[in-house]
Amino acid sequence: MTDTTNTEPTKPHRSQWADVWDQLKAHKGAMAGGVIFIVIVLGVFIGPWLWPYDATFIDIRARNQGPSFAHPFGTDQLGRDTLARMMAGGQTSIAVGLTAMLLALSLGSFVGITAGFFKRLDGPLMRLTDLFLALPILPLLLVMMLLFRDPLSSAVGPERGIFILIVIAIGITSWMPTARIVRGDVLALKEREFILAARSIGTSNSNMIKRHILPNVLSPIMVSATLGIANAIITESALSFLGLGFPPDFPTWGRLLNDATQYLQDYPERVFWPGLAISLTVLSVNYLGDGLRDALDPRIRGR
Amino acid sequence: MKAKTLMLGAAAAFAMAPAAMAERGSDGHVNIIYWQAPSILNPYLSSGTKDIESASLVIEPLGRYDPNGALVPYLAEEIPTVANGGVSEDLKSITWKIKSGLVWSDGTPVTATDAKFTADYCMHPEGGCAQLAKFEGVESVEVIDDLTVKVNFSEAKPNPYGPFMGGQSPIIQAAQFADCLGAKAPECTDANFNPIGTGPFVVDEFKTNDVISLSANPNYRDAAKPAFATVTFKGGGDATAAGRAVLETGEFDYAWNLQLAPDVLAKMAEGGKGTPIAAFGSLVERLEMNMTNPSPDLDADTRATVAAPHPFLSDINVRKALSMAIDRNLLVEIGYGQAGRPTCNLVPGPAVYASDNTDCLTQDIAGANALLDEAGWVKGADGVRAKDGVRISILYQTSTNAVRQDFQALIKQWWSEIGVETELRNLNASVFFGGDPGSPDTFQKFYADVEMYANNFDGTDPQAYLSMYRCGNEPKPSSQWQGENINRFCDPAYDALIDELGQTSDLEKRYELSKKMNDMLTKDSFTILPLVDRGRVSAHANSLGGVILNTWDSELWNIADWHRVN
Repeated sequence: MTDTTNTEPTKPHRSQWADVWDQLKAHKGAMAGGVIFIVIVLGVFIGPWLWPYDATFIDIRARNQGPSFAHPFGTDQLGRDTLARMMAGGQTSIAVGLTAMLLALSLGSFVGITAGFFKRLDGPLMRLTDLFLALPILPLLLVMMLLFRDPLSSAVGPERGIFILIVIAIGITSWMPTARIVRGDVLALKEREFILAARSIGTSNSNMIKRHILPNVLSPIMVSATLGIANAIITESALSFLGLGFPPDFPTWGRLLNDATQYLQDYPERVFWPGLAISLTVLSVNYLGDGLRDALDPRIRGR
Repeated sequence: MKAKTLMLGAAAAFAMAPAAMAERGSDGHVNIIYWQAPSILNPYLSSGTKDIESASLVIEPLGRYDPNGALVPYLAEEIPTVANGGVSEDLKSITWKIKSGLVWSDGTPVTATDAKFTADYCMHPEGGCAQLAKFEGVESVEVIDDLTVKVNFSEAKPNPYGPFMGGQSPIIQAAQFADCLGAKAPECTDANFNPIGTGPFVVDEFKTNDVISLSANPNYRDAAKPAFATVTFKGGGDATAAGRAVLETGEFDYAWNLQLAPDVLAKMAEGGKGTPIAAFGSLVERLEMNMTNPSPDLDADTRATVAAPHPFLSDINVRKALSMAIDRNLLVEIGYGQAGRPTCNLVPGPAVYASDNTDCLTQDIAGANALLDEAGWVKGADGVRAKDGVRISILYQTSTNAVRQDFQALIKQWWSEIGVETELRNLNASVFFGGDPGSPDTFQKFYADVEMYANNFDGTDPQAYLSMYRCGNEPKPSSQWQGENINRFCDPAYDALIDELGQTSDLEKRYELSKKMNDMLTKDSFTILPLVDRGRVSAHANSLGGVILNTWDSELWNIADWHRVN
């Protein structure tokens, strides 16, 4: 008897994440997006180690050059290498994107789950969400710059100070959609039988959230995350574009785009590269998010 | 030859005829764009060029300067001189006669009381008048009769054309500003935004930092002028957009101060809708050294005031080295092309006043390094020079403008070659030049070590300009951060020269004194590092006639004569 049961071919144990990976692999857009995103991230973070030019080095004799072997993306009006500036700019833009996304995500998930799970907190927290939805980011950032720029830059240095400011500004003005989506999902989940069953065997609130609620709302959170990265990169670009962001010699994709608009007619390739980089990053992350949503939802898995 | 002259005369007369015979308002509407938006229409409360020039559409001085620097009467019958008896023999008073029959735009007559009131308004001890330098040495202003006003100076004033001359010192209406004296001046929003004037236009609507709508003044003294019935004065945006709007798309008729990369401007001009015009005046792009400590660690009453000297810029060797490291010729080539020339002078013109100071034109990085080594500033492990624990780390601010940001990047690189660390900051021009005492980012507050901007003087005499650098005339909390001695420069010997210049009427001697003062601020003390003598480039639509670019007064000085050409 025991022999037969032991030799019977069983399916190997599969974790949830392996299923997700299988599903994701089948999603062509997600795979392409993921590969492009990884290439961009590696390019901007490892590229500067391999590339001989510094992003801020001025070689005035080599200004306004078109693409060449020495400068594949050309040089700008002061003779700075555009490829080096693209890589340095990408580091900032992507770092801002990822950090601001993490901040927005944790804030949003926390508020969303708390509001959905604890009925008493629902009203106040959702009104807070409405309040933040009404905050305009640009005036808010102007005020933040005015109040905190000097203390922050003397405490942690000008670039890091602005980085913290921008990340916080983007973070606290973009968590609300996540919070609303998560709250809605939690409200629906709370009424399900397995939650009732868990409650009946005396599961504590914290365990309930950790074991039953959070894993089930992971899918909308992941999707918000990918959309959040794209959103944060675009917001940072907009701020740099308006001249509100980093110091003028500190390249970011948005600032490169801003600097290049003046030369749009004479040297159109200068707007092309940062524009392409922003679009590619945002698109690839969006496709990745799309694929992840499909893969994380067990109901449409395998379709 | 004679025939040709005759023909030319006839042609000129013919060309002039439509303008001369035009009726008021017959040419419709004109659009003007200034990429810095006016925030107030009262030049006594703002030193920003945008505010002074927009106000010049509405309020006028007694006399203006023409494009050659000569004086022309506006509200006055004539320019008073010693020869015609208007200026007393001892040079201690000047008597202005106002044209008879002049009325304000509200129909009330312009009298000498208004002129006296204007002087009282600016010289009020509690007010922070932005144009106080214009009233330097004024002891009293007397009303002789309805149309005669006499300005008495405490000492002989060889150049008595400070008060009431030029766009910075227009006459305001006593009735309108009566309750706005002293500390109450900034609170009179209605008067400051809608001044009643004698100029060719009156304000219909003033949107702060945005747009001014004006229409022809029905009571303007010349019944045939202005040719335009309405004006839209748009502020804000940037120089690129302004240039494009006039030269390429033709949406606007006049764009002010197109500080653009030379190749960009040349490309725009190919658009064919307008013409860039240039003229050299006294506009100098310069680096201002802060002689006081702008550190945010200091409390608000000591930060950037004379109470706290600057930790390293108070050493002349550092300032000199910063100047030596700069290649001014390259800056001109990159930023201005034909519209600029390298200079070491704060007063680059008129030629008789310009010092022959050209030492700074050659870049000398090795010399600058040697100078700093000698002065005891040694490079640390991070490549930045320091002495007694003070690192030469500079916060270098300017307004947001592509040429200025290129200059910042270049100068930062040169300074890094002499072991100076530079942090760059650019601020929105409307904020930077806005003069708002509540903002930390104005050029007057100077919460930075070095700042870059351009400034010039009205008229042909630099006396008022050079008197800005008097001890005590610096912006400070007690004067609501108004004041013109931006560097907080203070040298009793210099003050003595200001006084001496104020008592000298012999022209040769005046030239000599001005040159000496210019040298004290530049090559002797390196308080101000002039970079580029900027010709002013503006642009007008090809359909706009009568524009004469004036570098010695408001650019809109003759807007009453502007008209349409077909």
